[in-house]
Amino acid sequence: MADPMRIRAQAQGGNAVVRVLMSHEMETGQRKDAAGKTIPAWHITDVTAQLNGKTVMTAQWGAAVSKNPFLQFTVKGAKAGDKIKIEWLDNKGEKRSDEAVVA
Amino acid sequence: MTSNRRDMIKHSAVVAGLLAGAGLLPQAAQAQGINRAAFDAKSMDELVKALGVGKPVESPLVTLTGPDIAENGAVVPLAAASTAPGVKRLLLLVEKNPAMLAASFDVSDAVEPAMSTRVKMGQTSNVYAVAITNDNKVLFAQKEVKVTLGGCGG
Repeated sequence: MADPMRIRAQAQGGNAVVRVLMSHEMETGQRKDAAGKTIPAWHITDVTAQLNGKTVMTAQWGAAVSKNPFLQFTVKGAKAGDKIKIEWLDNKGEKRSDEAVVA
Repeated sequence: MTSNRRDMIKHSAVVAGLLAGAGLLPQAAQAQGINRAAFDAKSMDELVKALGVGKPVESPLVTLTGPDIAENGAVVPLAAASTAPGVKRLLLLVEKNPAMLAASFDVSDAVEPAMSTRVKMGQTSNVYAVAITNDNKVLFAQKEVKVTLGGCGG
């Protein structure tokens, strides 16, 4: 199981600013190891964000997103106490989901 | 005929289940958002073809925020935002990367059409923010980011 995400959601003027830091290698499949062998691609392909159980944003990512990806977006109308859930899925089928409460 | 009524019912239930499964599959694929093939596109032409959208038009309704010079190509902070009405999707593209499309975001009414993330860049290149609206308008903004140290080396 991958390391937990760090999610911070802050209420700001009727909206909530959500910042997510995921823990993932994001290997592109372009790099070679010391022996000259290509390191296989391993990266997050799908990200889903939910507000109180309702999906508000989905994303598809390629290998070009940086290692330990950072993501920031704004959820309209979210207030303190609301639950934000982030879920990702990588190309090896591994997934992880974490929750945070809007502060 | 060896099959009796009970078997018949069982069989039709199985067939109905299969049909429902088949009917559900395309829907599930749609929920996955964009065509994965878009991530193999090498140029803007290939990309719009893979996405099945029209030619992008440069527009002041889209903003792209990023550094002028990125010291480390492995971590380039980019932000795409749009003030166009009815934005359903935001894309971040890096022209000279092995695959042009870096990330695609499907936004709903519940989130602002503004996304920030960090991407890898192999070399100095133009980057694009593309917004696709509900009526299939494709708008973009571009910016050149100079990279002093590439993010694709090993």
